[in-house]
Amino acid sequence: MWRRAAFTGGIDPQTHKERTRREPIRQFPFAPLLLVPLKQHAGSAALPAVREGDEVERGELLGRADGDLSVPVHAPAAGRVERIALMPTVSGVMVEGVYLAPFPGSTQEVPSGKPCDLDTATPAAIIDAIADAGIVGLGGAAFPTHAKLRLPEGKRVRLLIVNGAECEPYLTTDYRVMLEQSADVVRGMRYLRKAVAADDVVLAVEAWASEAADAVITAAPPELGIGVRVLPTHYPQGAEKLLINALLSAEVPPGGLPIDVGALCVNVATVAEIGRLLPFGRGIQERVVTITGPGVIDAGNYRIPIGTPLRFALEHVGTDPALSSVFLGGPMMGQPLASLDVPITKGISGFVAFTLAETKGRQRPWPCIHCGRCVTACPLGLNPCQLGLLARHGEVELMRSDFHLDQCFECGCCAYVCPSHIPLVQEFRAAKAQLRRADSRTGNDVAT
Amino acid sequence: MTGRAPIDIHPAPHVHGGDSVPRIMLHVVIALLPVCAFAIYLFGLAALATLTVATIACLLTERVFARDEHSTLGDGSALVTGLIYGLTLPPALPLWMVALGGVVGIGIGKVLFGGLGGNAFNPALVGRVFLQAAFPAAMTGYWLAPLGSDRFVSLPGTTTALPLLAPEGAAVDALTSATPLGDWKFAGAETPLLDLAFGMTAGSTGETSALLLMLGGLYMVAMRVADWRIPAALLGSVALASAALHGLDPERHPDVMFALCSGGLMLGAWFMATDPVASPLTPAGAWLYGLCIGLLVVLIRAFSGQPEGVMYAILLGNAIAPHIDRWLQPTPYGAGSGQS
Repeated sequence: MWRRAAFTGGIDPQTHKERTRREPIRQFPFAPLLLVPLKQHAGSAALPAVREGDEVERGELLGRADGDLSVPVHAPAAGRVERIALMPTVSGVMVEGVYLAPFPGSTQEVPSGKPCDLDTATPAAIIDAIADAGIVGLGGAAFPTHAKLRLPEGKRVRLLIVNGAECEPYLTTDYRVMLEQSADVVRGMRYLRKAVAADDVVLAVEAWASEAADAVITAAPPELGIGVRVLPTHYPQGAEKLLINALLSAEVPPGGLPIDVGALCVNVATVAEIGRLLPFGRGIQERVVTITGPGVIDAGNYRIPIGTPLRFALEHVGTDPALSSVFLGGPMMGQPLASLDVPITKGISGFVAFTLAETKGRQRPWPCIHCGRCVTACPLGLNPCQLGLLARHGEVELMRSDFHLDQCFECGCCAYVCPSHIPLVQEFRAAKAQLRRADSRTGNDVAT
Repeated sequence: MTGRAPIDIHPAPHVHGGDSVPRIMLHVVIALLPVCAFAIYLFGLAALATLTVATIACLLTERVFARDEHSTLGDGSALVTGLIYGLTLPPALPLWMVALGGVVGIGIGKVLFGGLGGNAFNPALVGRVFLQAAFPAAMTGYWLAPLGSDRFVSLPGTTTALPLLAPEGAAVDALTSATPLGDWKFAGAETPLLDLAFGMTAGSTGETSALLLMLGGLYMVAMRVADWRIPAALLGSVALASAALHGLDPERHPDVMFALCSGGLMLGAWFMATDPVASPLTPAGAWLYGLCIGLLVVLIRAFSGQPEGVMYAILLGNAIAPHIDRWLQPTPYGAGSGQS
């Protein structure tokens, strides 16, 4: 069935989701050594709450939140703190973290903390409980969820959007969570709805995942009035701005937040985790990750302890000898990896492995021929052609002032369609980094 | 995999839609092949020689002047320029002129501007406009009658003329008088529509068959290598403006079908105005650009001393394309939200 996309632009890459969408979530074993960074989120790093040599229960605090824009880190396993030292992370930056050796014989039972009762808790208590559970956006941004829920003065949530539009190719994490944890999703929605006093709650999915939305609705008592919107499968439908556009017919102003148009977006896996953890007062110890791609043998959806090294994960699922490239997230926005000795953190929803067959055909860029396909493909109505031209001439200020560089969220549609194979997204990222450096030198406020 | 980190570190996106510049150029060449074949059928060896020399001149110029660590011939753009340039020339043009125009078109029209993607004007038309200025008599007079009886036996005398020497009078006498547009403008004679549509007329090597050109153009649109809006706007505005003029003065101005099927309009509208490098970026820009070129075509044909104006109209369109791009930027998300 053909349906009009809910926004202009965008692309329809092959989804490659068939390989893992029927695979139930499987529990992953513990690696011999877990690397738990104290900063897995946007904001300030957690402060260590344990010392080297300490023995911890599973779910115990390893790090406490440092200020409002920070979250605690919980032990993914019962074990011994081997070291507290710098460790490599996916971004390439070394951060402080806890090297934790799980006890081989432990039952790995999670003791409950202070439960947050849905019926009696106040909105503020729910938000505090979410902060205490170490919840961050599990869709990839890893922004502390409680900070998003503390609304600016005078703002009201007209629509709470639960984002199940998993538009990146290959990934089926949110889909499996909705199917298998529909009760958690519904409970999470009720917590969130109460926390922000939202007028309405809607679950948004792409057409390919409509069964998952059905599962959630079946699990929800009808008096809750949870709405479902099935949107066409069209990349990047899951982007917050485009979702808001599709559901509210409103556009977030440049530099503004969804709440400026009365919307609040929370990723569905985050909602499920809230519904799963809050009744027991627990913190995040693991997350669901899709491991797939032509370079992976036993592709599937796995519940993996936080801190599991990627190398251990890949060895567990098995890889093709011709493995050539691994990136975190989907193939459109996924971060390339230079090392496998980095841990899985809260923001990682999947990783994809390519073999030589997928990477060898890359072409060197030709000059831009002004075909305008990038302009048509940009879902935000930017002009990637002009932006790229300016980037190649070093005109980064002009890119921001006249061509809205700050609006670009690097979805990759422009580079995907470019017949000249110009690495447009890379050029934009470099320009943004250059502007950030210039701003920090002059003390400009980046947000203006 | 143990012990060895992944080798390939590539920034996102990690997948690509699969299209490429050479593939685009290949589709243009495929679209041009029937037009070339028909030109050779119609004008014989003269067309074959013109197309061959035009293409070789363009390829050689690109090879010699375009200095790049990778071969710039590989992108296919010089081949496309060569073919299109050859198709715009009178079939009996001396071959040395053909070669010279090709060198100018690629050398000055393209390489000087920075090669592929840098040219402000369509290189094929730069070559042609140079010849038009340098050799006006040859460019407006060296036509061949279609389906000449000895077209596969010998080349016209003008074709083999030596550089800078006037061809012998006898050679020139063998040429036909004029094209349908010339007939109309200077003699008031109308060519039958069927001959125009199928291309059984005198004219530039590849401009005569309106139907084949349209077929090639539609193929490019179907393969998404040409923006359909440009020929739509261009041909639409020519049709409307011609209808208006014809309505005012049917004696002086030809009817719509004649206007659409004669001269270089179809070749220009489908194959030259659509050159992405020298045309606007946005869909709105494409409409405006096509409209401007169409109106210029009618204006030049109706009110200038020349029977044909497609070449100048497209070059003028190329000149205003960057300005159109500046006026018609896409509207960014959130622009209408009233806050900033």
